[in-house]
Amino acid sequence: MRKNTKPLFNSEDVIKAIKDSFTKLSPKVQLQNFVMFVVYLGAILTSLITIREIASGNFSSFNLQITIWLWFTVLFANFAEALAEGKGKAQAESLRSAKENLTAKRIKGGKEEVVSATSLHIGDHYSCSAGEVIPADGEIVEGIASVDESAITGESAPVIRESGGDRSAVTAGTKVLSDRIVIRVTAEPGQSYIDKLIAMVEGANRQKTPNEIALGILLIALTAVFLLAVITLKGFIHYSTTEDAIRAGYSVPVMIALLVCLIPTTIGGLLSAIGISGMERLLKKNVIAKSGKAVEAAGDVDVLLLDKTGTITLGNRMASEFIPVEMVDDITLATAAHLSSAKDETPEGRSIIQLAEIKFNIKTDLSGSTLEYIPFAAETRMSGLNITKDGKVRVMRKGASDAIERFVTGNGGNFPQSARNIVKSVAQQGGTPLVVCEDARVLGVIHLKDIVKSGIKERFGQLRKMGIKTIMITGDNPLTAAAIAAEAGVDDFLAEATPEMKLERIRREQAQGHMIAMVGDGTNDAPALAQADVGVAMNTGTQAAREAGNMVDLDSNPTKLIEVVETGKQLLMTRGALTTFSISNDVAKYFAILPAIFAGIYVVKGRGVLEGLDIMNLHSPQSAILSAVIFNALIIVALIPLALRGVKYRPLGAREVLGRNLIVYGFGGLIVPFIGIWIIDHILVLLNLV
Amino acid sequence: MPRQDVLSLVIYFIGLIFLAYPLGTYISRVLEGDIPAFIRWLKPLEGIIYKVTGCNPGTDQKARHYLKDLLAFNLAGLIILFTLLLTQGMLPLNPQNFPGLTWDLAFNTATSFITNTNWQAYSGEASLSYFSQMVGLGTQNFLSAATGLAIVAVLARGLVRKESGKVGNFSADLVRSTIYILLPLSIILAILLISQGVVQSYSSYIVARTIEGADHIIPLGPAASQIAIKQLGTNGGGFFGMNSAHPFENPTPFSNFLQVLAILLIPLAQVFAFGRMLKKPKEGYALVTTMFLLMLPLLALALISEHQGIPELAVNLEGKEVRTGITDSVLWGITTTAASNGSVNAMHSSFTPLAALAFIFQILTGEVIFGGSGSGLYGMALYAIITLFLAGLMVGRSPEWLGKKIEAYEVRLALIAILVPCALILIGVSIGLTHPWGVTALSHQGPHGLSELLYGFASTVGNNGSAYAGLSANSPVLNTVFGLCMLIGRFVVLIPIVLIAGNISFKKSTPVSSGTFPTDGPLFIILLAGVVLIFGALTFFPVLALGPIAEHLLMAAGQYF
Repeated sequence: MRKNTKPLFNSEDVIKAIKDSFTKLSPKVQLQNFVMFVVYLGAILTSLITIREIASGNFSSFNLQITIWLWFTVLFANFAEALAEGKGKAQAESLRSAKENLTAKRIKGGKEEVVSATSLHIGDHYSCSAGEVIPADGEIVEGIASVDESAITGESAPVIRESGGDRSAVTAGTKVLSDRIVIRVTAEPGQSYIDKLIAMVEGANRQKTPNEIALGILLIALTAVFLLAVITLKGFIHYSTTEDAIRAGYSVPVMIALLVCLIPTTIGGLLSAIGISGMERLLKKNVIAKSGKAVEAAGDVDVLLLDKTGTITLGNRMASEFIPVEMVDDITLATAAHLSSAKDETPEGRSIIQLAEIKFNIKTDLSGSTLEYIPFAAETRMSGLNITKDGKVRVMRKGASDAIERFVTGNGGNFPQSARNIVKSVAQQGGTPLVVCEDARVLGVIHLKDIVKSGIKERFGQLRKMGIKTIMITGDNPLTAAAIAAEAGVDDFLAEATPEMKLERIRREQAQGHMIAMVGDGTNDAPALAQADVGVAMNTGTQAAREAGNMVDLDSNPTKLIEVVETGKQLLMTRGALTTFSISNDVAKYFAILPAIFAGIYVVKGRGVLEGLDIMNLHSPQSAILSAVIFNALIIVALIPLALRGVKYRPLGAREVLGRNLIVYGFGGLIVPFIGIWIIDHILVLLNLV
Repeated sequence: MPRQDVLSLVIYFIGLIFLAYPLGTYISRVLEGDIPAFIRWLKPLEGIIYKVTGCNPGTDQKARHYLKDLLAFNLAGLIILFTLLLTQGMLPLNPQNFPGLTWDLAFNTATSFITNTNWQAYSGEASLSYFSQMVGLGTQNFLSAATGLAIVAVLARGLVRKESGKVGNFSADLVRSTIYILLPLSIILAILLISQGVVQSYSSYIVARTIEGADHIIPLGPAASQIAIKQLGTNGGGFFGMNSAHPFENPTPFSNFLQVLAILLIPLAQVFAFGRMLKKPKEGYALVTTMFLLMLPLLALALISEHQGIPELAVNLEGKEVRTGITDSVLWGITTTAASNGSVNAMHSSFTPLAALAFIFQILTGEVIFGGSGSGLYGMALYAIITLFLAGLMVGRSPEWLGKKIEAYEVRLALIAILVPCALILIGVSIGLTHPWGVTALSHQGPHGLSELLYGFASTVGNNGSAYAGLSANSPVLNTVFGLCMLIGRFVVLIPIVLIAGNISFKKSTPVSSGTFPTDGPLFIILLAGVVLIFGALTFFPVLALGPIAEHLLMAAGQYF
């Protein structure tokens, strides 16, 4: 799936959609949408009447034109849906091409055999070398490789995948660029990640969301009541006039025209297009929702759990200062810090070396020494270097203050009060203190600074206006967390967070009625991702995390959660706005059609008194009815871009959003058809069609 | 309009709010079982009722059980009243020796009083014994109003309670509403009315000899007590056929003022009470504002139309009591059609077409502009659900009301409750106008005749009970049809609202944030009023165009009906 930079639609899409609008005329497709099915039946009925009229030679161009425009109404709705679907299909196509005709080198009894990818089952092992496409989802059990995942993510930079840890999952359809890896299969053929993506993108098993179901009920109910209004009107007219010609004037085609104008065809015709394009908008942001329900839930989210690192702060903390304890000078500390980080390839480690070299001009010579690198581990929470030279061992360590305290006291030293004070002061400033020691002697503290992303504070401000609370999750101690939380402007934070704490926090918020969204990538995030109402898994994450979440972010960009929420809201807003617009439209249509129907009733001095309701002053009863039907059909086409793009989203409070939408779609919906029908009426007269 | 009329309207509305506000607080306390100290001496009476009937007021019921009790109680009431009316000839307190009613009239009348409609196809003084009036109709005047109030409590509980599923106890709600709210208020009002000369007597009718030597029968009866509850409980069924246009029901300007005050008293107070029960009084104020926002323009329309009168007549006093005059008659007409009261002090058929339009439109909205005792508020709640559903979508958040999510279940039931009555009216009028049973009952032709039948169906389905007059409603077909309309109109709204309350009481409550659409602000008020207007207008515009609107346009063109 390439990143989509295309305009809303191009001519190719349009031509295909036009073709599809006709194939969608089959009753089976039409039955899925009650409102449009009523229009469809109406179109068939008027067609039959027109055909009978033509056969009997008693042809009325009015009925023919009504028939044509009713069919256009149906086709326009089909077109909207086809256009929305088309884009998903194209994406599914490119995904499918990524996994075509793949073969695998299955390892059985220590030997490799080439088999078709479809014969791989869960638990099988296979190998994959540079230049080969990975044939089945799995977990690396041996080796490390750089993998090109652009077929799925559209991101051309290769990623590293290695056995063990959170980066061990590989996906069918991606390509190994270097090295050889052995993979254990974790998905049956047809159940792979890419297969699921295709199904999602195609909307093959698109379930209706709760709000869609409720809206569907509203539309059906409105259709039913207008059906009754149109049928019962026959009786009222029959009572109100004794002239057969006027009674007959309320003919079946006129009844159908009135019905089609009154029932909510605008929203009915665009409903599925809105739903499909909501998923589409997420796809454009490279987020795949596993269900429409998840997208909708995203709009309801009022608590965001965000990981500090990468989302709120730039990924890397940078060393900004060396603060020695009493009786130690700067240079000693800088040297020790430099040594302890000499083999540390983490960004933090590099930044320490950089600071020491630039600020203190430290150069250490380790030639002739035996070096033992102690990497950072979650249990020890420190890292360092053992330098052995001439039988003498220097043990250099840096790490969390409590870890170093344990280490120092364990080696017979003591942890000075001044170090404690420095640690506290660094933490209070929002920094991460790393205590440096040599053997059992504490030398000082490195101040690692978290850099809060620019613009993030404003973003959180917007979220707050929308009524969304942000909670920062961090492994930092509470002091550090509080300082960063204040700097970034989050509402709350969860410090020293463990996966259990995250899960517990989500449950607690949910018990209070909140809807939670979170981002995660590790296997230990999986329970929390599953518990959250919206769990966005990073595509770089583990298989477990990707299974647990109900959305996958192909770019693995945690900030995107905010956009997901916005898309969810936009989806609901578009439906609501068009429903309101559709209902408001009816007022003008009544004022167009009813005076036309009532023209011959209660005539005083040659004029029906109810013609006084014709405030648009339309040309004739026939042109009035026809104009309303044409307006009704054309408005669907006119609103397709809106349905596909979604209504404009602004991060405002509910009151402001509703106020705006009410003016634009409610009030606009009252006014626009008056103008539209009037213009169409004049065009019809100009073209001599009435 | 004379200046003193404007003044009297202002005094009326200020007085109304002044009385309804504290009453709202009182109602909410009673419904919550927190009986105020000054009335607690009635507690033993409450206890005796439970003991005698074997009810256990302490059990908190699930919506289904609550509903089962309510329906069983109403069915029993229907059967008892039906039997009583059929057999009144054999029962006591019948000084005029009236025979039992025909089965269709008995059915119509029984359903009418069970459903708080009080549609009267009979004339009280010409066909009902004192026993039927007091024991039969009087009892149901109380109980049907109390049933409505009980459901206000159910709805409030559904919205307040979290993950509960329980909505209260029917017998407790019913008994408390009756003895602490309706009974004391009725006694006060009855005494005030008697002081104005409303009759309260058990003697037989007086036969007076007139100057010309003819016999003149002066009907009497225990009217004051009946009239008090008729107005307070939004019943509207008069003791006499002429209802409050009769001098024995409504003798003085002050009695007129008291009654028109009583018409809107509980319908307004219950909205304040609803807000109190939610512990969010502002929600109540918002709904009150919405209702005034809908009613006042209609009142203005009716007043302007009436004071302009008819082109050929200076003042349109036909069908009005000169004692009350135009403004008070219009005020009564508007309040009685707003509240589903249905009592009248003037002939609605004689109002100008646009005043009639205002009356009919209020009934057609489903009696939610103040509406009946209980039913007005819970009817408005249905519109609130639809409004919030649309609003929720438009702000991009799953719709919710006071933190409770509005989902397919609520939307479906709310739509059934709103649209089935609408459908019933449309179908009934359309069939009636094309069949002899309907057309022969009309006393006018043209648009006025259409309005007569439309008013009849709207009034029965909407449980209002007032009549446009002119319609000969006492025929077996119309009695049966209208009887069914009243039953359906009552229970197709009542049952869904209890089920909705039950369902939302199960739900969690979403905490309020700035993403929540506030239901106590001006935007909600405007939107809710808009939804009520648009739903009513879209459904009924064609029939209203052929009825009152056509009549108005014809009148302007010089044709009358």
